[in-house]
Amino acid sequence: MSAATVTTFEPELRWGPSARGRLGMYYLIVAEAAIFSIFVVAYLFYLGKSLSGPTPQQVLHVPVFFTICLLSSSVTIHLAVRSLRKAKPGAFARWWFLTLFLGATFLAGTMIEWRHLIYDEGLTIQTNLFGTTYYSLVGLHAFHVLMGLLALSIVWLFAMFGKVKSEHAERVDTLALYWHFVDTVWVVVFLVVYVIGR
Amino acid sequence: MVVSPLTAAQIMLAIDRYLGGHFFDTQAGGSAVIWMHFFWIFGHPEVYVLVIPAFAVASEVIPVFSRKAIFGYPIMVAATVGIGFISMSVWAHHMFTVGMTSNANAFFALSTMAVGVPTGIKIFNWLATMWGGKIEFKTPMLFCVAFLFQFLVAGLTGIMQSVVPFDWQLANSYFVVAHFHYVIVGAILFCLFAAFYYWYPKATGRMYNEALGKLHFWLFFIGFHLTFDFMHIPGLLGMPRRIYTYEPGRGWDTLNLIVSIGVIFQAAGVLVFAANLIWSYFRGKIAGNDPWDAWTLEWTTSSPPPAYNFAVIPTVKSRRPLWDLKHPEDPDWKYE
Repeated sequence: MSAATVTTFEPELRWGPSARGRLGMYYLIVAEAAIFSIFVVAYLFYLGKSLSGPTPQQVLHVPVFFTICLLSSSVTIHLAVRSLRKAKPGAFARWWFLTLFLGATFLAGTMIEWRHLIYDEGLTIQTNLFGTTYYSLVGLHAFHVLMGLLALSIVWLFAMFGKVKSEHAERVDTLALYWHFVDTVWVVVFLVVYVIGR
Repeated sequence: MVVSPLTAAQIMLAIDRYLGGHFFDTQAGGSAVIWMHFFWIFGHPEVYVLVIPAFAVASEVIPVFSRKAIFGYPIMVAATVGIGFISMSVWAHHMFTVGMTSNANAFFALSTMAVGVPTGIKIFNWLATMWGGKIEFKTPMLFCVAFLFQFLVAGLTGIMQSVVPFDWQLANSYFVVAHFHYVIVGAILFCLFAAFYYWYPKATGRMYNEALGKLHFWLFFIGFHLTFDFMHIPGLLGMPRRIYTYEPGRGWDTLNLIVSIGVIFQAAGVLVFAANLIWSYFRGKIAGNDPWDAWTLEWTTSSPPPAYNFAVIPTVKSRRPLWDLKHPEDPDWKYE
């Protein structure tokens, strides 16, 4: 990198690469939010319209523990980025790993829940409208968690080799933005599936 | 944001088809109508995704060939934003015949009429830009003037169909086909042609042939009106869309013949267009940096522009930075 491209924080350089990355992430989030909205509308529209059982009341249990895991991972990723901004790569790596761990725990929770629903309750995506809308909505969110975990893991690998430094804070923060979005979506999915829909 | 609902609906359809889901499976309690909703939540804003760039072309071309700054620029921007918002809430006017509730019909009729307000503002602002201007009827301007007239008609037939009982009568008829072709061809394609001619010198460094350009315009203009003006009438007479043949003696024959003759004119126009683009690329007059005496930045650089566009990032103080450079004694930024 030549001396001419050193990043400074003068106002006229606000539209540097990191701002472009953030803008791109905002666009992605808006588009994804629209996709989730349609799935949420479909879920609410088909509530109680299944022609056969099982119903959400019979088989769904509120995943309190795993929800706490996912929501607290928003806090840990925030602390991770803050540590990086303060040039503490060690603290960053620890908070980042904790975020990864909490996200993976949430995904394991989804796996356990689906295993129970499929093998013990006999609910699959083909069973009824509830099965179709439930696995689609929760599955779409779980897929986004999985993609987030992949991205987080890549950053974590870089951190393990000592390659993530405070000048990368803005880029890492862009990824954190995605993670916050995935958590926010879970709040909506949780309300729709486990509170309103049960 | 506009395409996302289609993405979501396609995922649902794939789940239905390949995983045995029931989103749109009426046998399992699913709804085919919700597919229509999801499709049109994408489908109607998509029309505005197509037409707003066409508006942008008109807003570039009309001031330059009227020799006037665009009229009411802030209102133009506000109208575009307004169209963007309102276009998200009009989708079910495609579904009046499905049998929605009266309240839903009323809402979508009103929102559809409301989208005509910012659109009307834009039409009036373009007219006011031309008003009192020194208009030069070069090919891009001809296409834009035709656009103004045709887009007005397209909008008016749209307002007609927002009236629910009228739509019940005409849904799925050739009137609808004529209406949306008036938008897609009469507005969007005409502006696209205007854009081709306007920026051809900038993109290639050579002028297109003005006589061939005008021939293209008149052929296409006559063909367009033969085809799509006369397409409204069989629709009003009850000819349904998506049919390939019909029994004789329904009074549609002559009208459909005129529609077909129009296609020949349009095809001839497009051939002239293509020939003009190719011929001018090799034999056209050298265009120079600024053949239209225009006011926006692309005309300050060479034709075609270098890969880096500008050696030094230009300082922009007004909406017409090149005007400011040409007229340092009377720059726009003094007034904006």
